[in-house]
Order: sequence, then structure tokens, then C-alpha cells
Amino acid sequence: MNPMNPQLVMFEEELKQIQKIADRLQQDSRARSILLIDKNGQLVAAAGAAHELDTTSLSSLVAGNVAATGGIAKLLQEDEFTGQFHEGKGMSINLSLVGRRIILVVLFDKNTTPGLVRLRVKRAQDELVPIFEELAKKALSPQNSPLPDITDQDIDNLFND
Amino acid sequence: MSFINYSSREINCKLVYYGPGLCGKTTNLQYIYNKTRPEAKGKMISLATETERTLFFDFLPLSLGEIRGFKTRFHLYTVPGQVFYDASRKLILKGVDGVCFVADSQEERYDANIESLENLRLNLNEQGYDLDKLPYVVQYNKRDLPNAMSVAELSKSLNGTQVPEFEGVATTGVGVFDTLKMLAKLVLAELRKGT
Repeated sequence: MNPMNPQLVMFEEELKQIQKIADRLQQDSRARSILLIDKNGQLVAAAGAAHELDTTSLSSLVAGNVAATGGIAKLLQEDEFTGQFHEGKGMSINLSLVGRRIILVVLFDKNTTPGLVRLRVKRAQDELVPIFEELAKKALSPQNSPLPDITDQDIDNLFND
Repeated sequence: MSFINYSSREINCKLVYYGPGLCGKTTNLQYIYNKTRPEAKGKMISLATETERTLFFDFLPLSLGEIRGFKTRFHLYTVPGQVFYDASRKLILKGVDGVCFVADSQEERYDANIESLENLRLNLNEQGYDLDKLPYVVQYNKRDLPNAMSVAELSKSLNGTQVPEFEGVATTGVGVFDTLKMLAKLVLAELRKGT
């Protein structure tokens, strides 16, 4: 496993905790949707009106956006730009980092303000960081090795179409 | 790196198509997109210039089905092949689970292939990866063109480690799915190791 980029895992228990924080952030900030995306572009959790969105495409583009911004930061000898804000006529988007692996995305409209969103995001970030740290530890644990009993036949069967 | 969601029983992996400019990376993805049934694919996204050259990446999400009760999802990315987009290429390689190097078989693109392959190794090293330890396949594309070099010649210079290699004509789909299937298999086999 690449130590610079360890595998991300998610378990029922942690997902429940994350979901609770995301749901509360969505309500407290009066946002439309909350997405938690891993920096490689995988959706980890969602709250609010996320079912209205193409979350797969959004996750990939958000991750690309954050990666590009991270690249700019590096060129400017900054460690990282921890937040981004894009303002649209109807919808705006606030991106912030949770630890080093996760992007917290808040999509909001005129129902709230960027200030309130940022305020609530800060609290959610503080609560989310230890959960993802715990998940990172679990991912490194050998007993959590995924699918140890998968066979060549299982893999071949995927392609028998 | 892959994302294993035990809660929703999903395995998510990232595959990257790498290679010199105009070798057919985007064409590979377009063919896969066109030939995959709607329920197994998401939207294909191309961040391209006005002249349809890849600017940042192409993205295609695929669901390949279930394995031991886990849904397998593959996110396919291409990099921009043009030499001066190197900073973007590095970003796309972050978190990669498997790489397909698409070579352009035309003789006049020989140097571009070599340069791109060296660039791939270098950029992977910068991210802490070693190409020789990653699931990796090679596709010799544009086999239909009259100026295509022989596979033996290409293999000698571009596939020293003898990873699985395929002949391709991405415009008509020759070799496209064989390449993808082999790469997906290698990635899943690596995942099984849990290393």
C-alpha cells in the first residue's frame, strides 16, 4: 500500500456518525446539500437534496478542482488552500478540507449566507476530523483487509457478459 | 487508492489511461462509454479545449457488477497527453489503482511514446508509487495505420517488464475492452492481497 495515499475504508458505525454530522450541518447552515468526497473523487457521504444531483460527476470534478488548487498552492510554496468559495446567481458552493483526505462540500442558495455556512462548517470539520483519523487507522489494520476470500473465478465472472 | 465501503458494500477503484498526445486515450473511453449499457455507466465528463484536446481529464464511471456481494465501481480517467500539461498529469495520478499506457503505434510517434512512458514513471515516483508494483497494462493503439511499427519492436522498447499488452484500434473498439478487463482484473487481484 502506498503510505502517502492509504486506502480509504468506511464502516457502518463511522458512516452513521458522519451522516449525523452532515445532516445537522445541512439543517444548521440552511444549505441545500452536503457532500463528503475523498480527494480521489469518491463520494463518501451526502445529506440534504443530494439525490437531485449527479453526485458521481460532481465528486470527480470537485476532487479535480481541489487537486488543481492544491497544485497552485504548492507552486506558491503554500502548504494548502484550505477553503474555496464559488458564487453563482442561484447556487453557491463552499469547499473545505477535513484533515488531509476529505473534502466537505456545501451547496447552498439564497436561503442562507456564506458567513453562516462557514461558521457551521468549522464546527462540523472539528467533529469530522477524529472520525476520519479513526478510519485511517482501521484501514491500516491487517484484519480489515478487504475481500480476502475473493477467487480468480469471482473476478472472471464479473466479465462474463 | 481504492475506497472500500463496508457499509454500502462497494469497492471503488481508479484507473488512469496515460500516453502521449493524440494516442487515443479519450477515444478508448468514448468507445467504452458508447458500448456500455446505460445502467452500468455514469456521465462521461471531458474537460477539453475548444479544439477537443484534453485539458485536464476525461472521466467515466463504470459499474462492473458484484463480487462476493460487493458492488464494483471503476472510475476511468485519462490524462492530458500534451507535454506541457505535466502539472495536471501529476494530479490525475493521485490515488491511482491501475494504469493503462496507451502507445501510438506510428513510427513517427516512437519518441513521444518513450518520453511519455518515462514521464509516467517519474510522475508516479513523485507520488510515492512504483510502476513495477502497480497493476499495469499496455495497449498498442492505431494498429490499422500503414505506418504502424511491429508489436515486437514496440514491446521491446515500451514493455520491458512484460506486463499484459494488447493491440488496439480504439476508433473501432479493437482491443479496448480486452485492455480494460485485464486492468480491472489486475486491480481486483491486488485488492485481494490487501497489501
